[in-house]
Amino acid sequence: MSVVIEARDVEFSFGQTPALRGASVAVEAGEILAVMGPSGSGKSTLLHCLAGILVPDSGEILFDGARVHAMAETERSSLRRDRFGFVFQFGQLVPELTAVENVALPLLLSGVHRKQALPRAGAWFARLGLDGLEQRRSGELSGGQAQRVALARGLVAEPQVLFADEPTGALDSLTGEQVMDLLVGAAREQGTTVILVTHEPRIAAYADREVMVRDGRVNAPDRIAS
Amino acid sequence: MSVPLTLLGLLEREPSHGYDLKRDYDAFFGRGKPLPFGQVYSTLSRLARDGKVVISDVAPGSGPDRKRYIITDVGATEVEQWLTQPVDPEPHLQTVLFAKVVLALMLDRPAAEYLDTQRSAHLHRMRELTEIKRAGSLVDALLADHGLYHLEADLRWIEMTGARLDALRKEVRP
Ligand SMILES: Nc1ncnc2c1ncn2[C@@H]1O[C@H](COP(=O)(O)OP(=O)(O)OP(=O)(O)O)[C@@H](O)[C@H]1O
Ligand SMILES: [Mg+2]
Repeated sequence: MSVVIEARDVEFSFGQTPALRGASVAVEAGEILAVMGPSGSGKSTLLHCLAGILVPDSGEILFDGARVHAMAETERSSLRRDRFGFVFQFGQLVPELTAVENVALPLLLSGVHRKQALPRAGAWFARLGLDGLEQRRSGELSGGQAQRVALARGLVAEPQVLFADEPTGALDSLTGEQVMDLLVGAAREQGTTVILVTHEPRIAAYADREVMVRDGRVNAPDRIAS
Repeated sequence: MSVPLTLLGLLEREPSHGYDLKRDYDAFFGRGKPLPFGQVYSTLSRLARDGKVVISDVAPGSGPDRKRYIITDVGATEVEQWLTQPVDPEPHLQTVLFAKVVLALMLDRPAAEYLDTQRSAHLHRMRELTEIKRAGSLVDALLADHGLYHLEADLRWIEMTGARLDALRKEVRP
C-alpha cells in the first residue's frame, strides 16, 4: 500500500490560539482512517489542513506527491473540487436546490453537463435507500435522509479522498450506523480513501485504523497484531 | 451463557430429541463453540432428575437419541423467571482496569500509556465486532452490538479516567 495523503509536522494557529503543534499523519490509498480525540484537540483543523482548506503556518501537506501547502488558492480549490469529497456534521445541503441537484453539484461544478450529472446523481438514491426523495428540498428531508444525500454528494464524483467531519454527529445511533455502513460500503467499492473525524468509538470502529489527536499532535497507537 | 436454561428454553418451543437441541443450540448460541453431545445429555438428565423435563417416546432399542424431552410446568416456570429477571450487571472489566490504573499511579508507572494501550485494544476488538456485524446476519449483528455497547462504555470510562489522571494521582499518592 502507498501513502496517498500526509501531514508532516504541521503547525497552525488561529491568531494566538495554537490548534496544531507539529501534527503528522500518513494515510494509505483506500484506507479508512478514524481521527479521534477530545473536543478542541485539533481534529477539524487537521482535516481542513489536509484538505487544503487551511494552509499550515509550517510543515507540509502532501497529496499524491503534490505539495498542497505550497499551492496557490486557485490550485487548492481545483484540487478540492476534482479530487476530494466532503461530508460534514450537518449535511450543509443547498436549501434552494432539490436533493438530486444537491448530489449532482460536485459534478456540475467540475463541468459535467446537467444531462449526464443528474442521472449519475440519481443513481445514488436507490443505493442509499432514498428512492422517491429526488425532488425534495433539504427542508423536507429528515436528518438521516439529508445526511445520506450529503454522503452521496461527497462520493458522486468518485473522489480520491473523502473528508468526513463528524458525519453522524447529528444522528441517532441506528441512523448513524446505517450512514457509516453505506459510507464504508461505497468507499470500499470505489477505492476511496476516507478520513473520518469522530469522537464516537462505535463510529470509529468502521475504520481500518484510528489515530488520537491530543493538544494539536497525533498519537498513532502501535498496531495490534490481528 | 447458561446451558441448562437455554436448553429448557429451546424445549419450550416443542418436545425435541437431544440432537435437535444440540443443533439449534450450536446454530443460535454456540458462536463457534459447539456444545459437546455429552454435555447435552448430562444436562438433560439433570433437568429430568429435577423434574424440569420428562422423557417420552422411548423407541425400541437403546441409545440416547431415541428419547424425546418434554418441558414440565416447573421447567416452564423457571424459563419464564429467567427471561423476566434482569441479569446482574457485572462491572468486571471495570474493576480490573480500575485496579490497574490506581496501582500504576501509586507505583508511578505510566498510567496514561496503559490507558492508551487499553483503548487501542478495545477499538481493535470493536473493529472486529463491526466487521462481523457488517458481514453477518441480523442475529450476529444483535450479538455484536451487545459487545460493542459494552466496550464503548469501557472506553468512555477510559476517556474520563484519562482526563482525570493528574487529580487521581494526587489522591492516591498524597
Ligand atoms: N475559527 C476559529 N477561530 C479561532 N479559534 C479556533 C477556530 N476554530 C478552532 N479554533 C480553536 O482551535 C483549537 C482546535 O479546534 P478544532 O476545531 O480543530 O478542534 P476539534 O478537535 O475539531 O474539536 P471538536 O471535537 O469540538 O470539534 C481549539 O482550541 C479551538 O478553540
Ligand atoms: Mg471538530
